[in-house]
Amino acid sequence: MVDTKVILSGITLDNPVIPASGTFGFGYEFAELYDINCLGSFSFKGTTKDARFGNPTPRIAECKSGMINSVGLQNPGIEKVISEELPKLKKCFNKKVIANISGFSVDEYVYCCEKIDKQEQVGIIEVNVSCPNVHNGGMSFGTSEKNVSDVTRAVKKVTTKPVYIKLSPNVTDIVSIAKACEDAGADGISLINTLVGMRIDLNRKKPVIAQKAGGFSGDAIFPVALSMVYKVADAVKIPIIGMGGVSSADDVIEMMMAGATAVQVGAANLVNPYVCKEIIEKLPERMEKYNIKNLKEIIGVAHNG
Amino acid sequence: MLKQGLFDIKENIKLNKSMYKMVLAGDASAISAPGQFVNIKLDGFFLRRPISVCDYSENDFTILYKVVGAGTEKMSEMKEGKLDILTGLGNGFDTSKSGQFPVLIGGGAGVPPMYNLAKVLKDQGKTPTVIMGFNTKDEIYYLDEFNAVCDTIVTTADGSFGTKGFVTAALENLNYTYTYSCGPEPMLKAIYDVSKTDGEFSFEERMGCGFGACMGCSCKTKYGNKRICKEGPVLCKEEIIW
Repeated sequence: MVDTKVILSGITLDNPVIPASGTFGFGYEFAELYDINCLGSFSFKGTTKDARFGNPTPRIAECKSGMINSVGLQNPGIEKVISEELPKLKKCFNKKVIANISGFSVDEYVYCCEKIDKQEQVGIIEVNVSCPNVHNGGMSFGTSEKNVSDVTRAVKKVTTKPVYIKLSPNVTDIVSIAKACEDAGADGISLINTLVGMRIDLNRKKPVIAQKAGGFSGDAIFPVALSMVYKVADAVKIPIIGMGGVSSADDVIEMMMAGATAVQVGAANLVNPYVCKEIIEKLPERMEKYNIKNLKEIIGVAHNG
Repeated sequence: MLKQGLFDIKENIKLNKSMYKMVLAGDASAISAPGQFVNIKLDGFFLRRPISVCDYSENDFTILYKVVGAGTEKMSEMKEGKLDILTGLGNGFDTSKSGQFPVLIGGGAGVPPMYNLAKVLKDQGKTPTVIMGFNTKDEIYYLDEFNAVCDTIVTTADGSFGTKGFVTAALENLNYTYTYSCGPEPMLKAIYDVSKTDGEFSFEERMGCGFGACMGCSCKTKYGNKRICKEGPVLCKEEIIW
């Protein structure tokens, strides 16, 4: 028997497979298809202080081996997430969930994290710093060491649960951003969020996406994500949740060898709604193939020697 | 409710210069209403192709699809084999509200779902009339099949066949109890503006997943945000915000 368990900031997960925020809603669409309690955990839809409709449509464009989304954080707002979505989720998921929080100012992050921290269902708070900072000319929080440390410090002050900062890959040096999070007290790092991308409709001679560009995800970004996870794992001591183009059990193992303690699966859920279940079922067989008895032992193994 | 399955390509034929008909055999039990759609995985393409269902039974279904890009072009070249398809997607039309004389309006590539809808309404003892709108005579397809089910009026923008003008030109002369529409958004809006009764409108949007997970195809309605793929693609007249 192989052991697929991993431990993320003191929380034991049956396996490292976690659907990524924005690709799994609040879980219940998928719970109609299979028992989602097989998952290690899952990261729910990015939640903000106020309800948001998000960006105008079209919000989706296809690419070779991937897709672009420009959903723009559509969500019902933190109050409704707590009063309506979490109780619904409780009926189909009895494990700890990862709460994905976004904000447009430090105050908004603090407001939401303080509230979500009190929810018993929440195991980890994942702070998405890829949003524009409205108090700083709209520049993304995640692109400056100062901004990410300000958010991290402020959120850590009002929370008791582990705080993971989800990093944008659209930066000059992701290692220095990750270090800034660690220095500011983050309990872990999630990476990578989507890469900026765009497509042009040749018939209309205009960008496909209404907002012109969006977030590129899917199979194509796996090597980019893997190399960033590897570099960050070299530089920080806190655990990493690796993500970006993961769609198979082998991808999960590879991401862990690069240094991830757990792995999120994103765009693949949108193409194959059963993909996480299939990966989890396949994992023991693939571990045996690579002579892995205990998944925990391969975390960062590619850094040795 | 959504079901994933493998379907055998039983037939794949050209109807006119850009429309094709494909019949797929397999477990189609998840399809529960006319106006629903399926989402088809094609080798070499990341996202699935959402396509409306033209007709269905327990063991097979038919799609009529337009070649608009590389994905549908690849589909049009398929002769045989199996396709991974999600079935039973979207809400579909509500036939209980139709009254005795519903009018079913399809424009261009929006015609297909009207076929099964007409059959279901007729089976319920109602008297549907179909209006099919095209730009020109060359674009007409499935007219014989529709004629075999119910009265069918064709409009062409250039007057090369049937009534000259848009679908609304034919609608003006009819007495009807309800409208069901599917087609380009300007056509839906024109029907919304001139129709004298309540009705349902089937919308199109670029989708990521097609089953409600990604929020890619959201729209605003008078009853809050809806996902075209999940709470749609059919919206009721009273809730639409243009």
